[in-house]
Amino acid sequence: MPSTETASPESNPANEKVDPSVVMDCNIENLYYGSFKAVRDTRIPFQKNAITAFIGPSGCGKSTVLRCLNRMNDLVRGFRLEGHVQFRGQDIYGRKVDPVAVRRYIGMVFQQPNPFATSVYNNVAFGLRLNNFKGNKAAKVEESLKSAALWDEVKDKLNESGLSLSGGQQQRLCIARAIATEPEVLLLDEPCSALDPVATRSIEELMKQLKARFTIAIVTHNLQQAQRVSDKTGFLYVDTSEGSRTGYLVEFGDSNQIFHDPKQKETQQYIKGEFS
Amino acid sequence: MTPNIAAAKPGIPRNPDAEALDPFHGVDFSKLEKSLHRPRTFMSMLFTVIVSAMTLFALIPLFSVLWLLVWRGGRKLSIAAFTQLPPAPLEQSGGFGNAIVGTLAICGMALLISLPIGLLSAIFLAQAKPDNRLASSVRFAGKVLTGFPSILAGVFAYGVVVMATGGYSALAGAVALSILMLPTILLTSEDAIRMVPERMKEAAIGMGATDTQVVWMVLLPAAVPRILTGVMLAIARGAGETAPLLFTALFSNYWLLWHGHLKLMQPTASLAVLIYNFAGMPFANQVELAWAAALVLVVMVLIANLIGQSLASRQVQ
Repeated sequence: MPSTETASPESNPANEKVDPSVVMDCNIENLYYGSFKAVRDTRIPFQKNAITAFIGPSGCGKSTVLRCLNRMNDLVRGFRLEGHVQFRGQDIYGRKVDPVAVRRYIGMVFQQPNPFATSVYNNVAFGLRLNNFKGNKAAKVEESLKSAALWDEVKDKLNESGLSLSGGQQQRLCIARAIATEPEVLLLDEPCSALDPVATRSIEELMKQLKARFTIAIVTHNLQQAQRVSDKTGFLYVDTSEGSRTGYLVEFGDSNQIFHDPKQKETQQYIKGEFS
Repeated sequence: MTPNIAAAKPGIPRNPDAEALDPFHGVDFSKLEKSLHRPRTFMSMLFTVIVSAMTLFALIPLFSVLWLLVWRGGRKLSIAAFTQLPPAPLEQSGGFGNAIVGTLAICGMALLISLPIGLLSAIFLAQAKPDNRLASSVRFAGKVLTGFPSILAGVFAYGVVVMATGGYSALAGAVALSILMLPTILLTSEDAIRMVPERMKEAAIGMGATDTQVVWMVLLPAAVPRILTGVMLAIARGAGETAPLLFTALFSNYWLLWHGHLKLMQPTASLAVLIYNFAGMPFANQVELAWAAALVLVVMVLIANLIGQSLASRQVQ
């Protein structure tokens, strides 16, 4: 378990000593979809400029936790969270917080590449337009595409449809689109699961470059991927004891430790591949 | 039964060795050929013939009407028909230029009324509050209105606009047609917005787009071809309507633009009403003009439909 003391939920974040290196602090006590308890007792701090990976079997709530971090779960009817998600010391589920503003600072890349049905250029410029970007749009688009390691491949077809690119290119386009608005945190929800190994490798390389500028959280099904790219890893597992499937965080720590010296029995079994 | 099949029947393998050597022993390849002697094949062919015949039969009304229109209306088609005003009885020239202008103007105004209402409520139905009670009652009303007898739209506009403004007018006609166009626009636009893949919506929301930005920057651009298809279908329906215009726009022998004034509050000519009026007249010239006007109207509706279809097929893949 993380070494953090049991922080009581009512402790005022202003009084609590905020660790400046922790960009986000996710503390989910209970997460419901209607009456179904999907996740419980999951506390994960996200270190600045680090890659934090969530691993675990299907249905353990990895994606649910990730989607909690920029309030994408608000779209799900019946969603209810007990707990806090603090971004720079501010609870993003606070009553006065605008989820739209949260998502502007906490960008997301989805499992299926989802470019818009418009040109490559417009895809990347989308976020700039959303936020009334006043600067040099073309330069910003170019910079974002370069950061996403896509510029060389698309510089001659900026006006072609984003949907005409290959799967891996589409996913990098989505990353370019996400980073164009310079969020602080990037959430990647199984970004490589729809891609072939070569495209996967290029996305992984990209993640390592991007962590210099962003704080990255990634959900992955692929243990090797988590091992290759992440600095911290959280292992989530499903608790069926209460009759339903509720996910919870079993263990969180440095990726090295999780993969080579896991403390919990479930983690050991999962890392060894005894179940998946 | 063909002799081949009869011969194959007793051909139950007698010699197991021969069967082992020849895996196709006893199989008569002539059976694989198509033969009408087999009842199954015969029924299938018969059914194909019936289906094709019925398809052709379904085309008869459409094509005979078109043929009649071209045959009877084509003769009178000339520049004069498009540029001149309707003739007085026994007059030998004339055209229906004012009726073409009137149809375009009334349809255009009807669109100005029904498009904003239809599109904005479609956004409400598809995106803003898809499950709320208001949305489901509007959706239901839209479906009922789709089959609304058009004459009732005319009576309604007569009561609301003609009585209130004190006279027949292009505006009253436009109100009547907009009632008929609204459900088509509303329902097709709602479908169009719903057809936009969920992941595109998620992408926008995930980037911090507000609901309004999602609608204007993602949903509508992606849905525009389908929405335009619905608009074109609505125009095609509105342009062909006669009954609602009889109560509202009536008819006029003059141009909509008369001495520099746009007479939107005066009785206005339309192709549909011109056909209705002239077809029943005892004057040969008028009857021929009615045929020609019918041809022009059909071609206009056809063009609107074709534009709608080409827009629907020209979507970003």
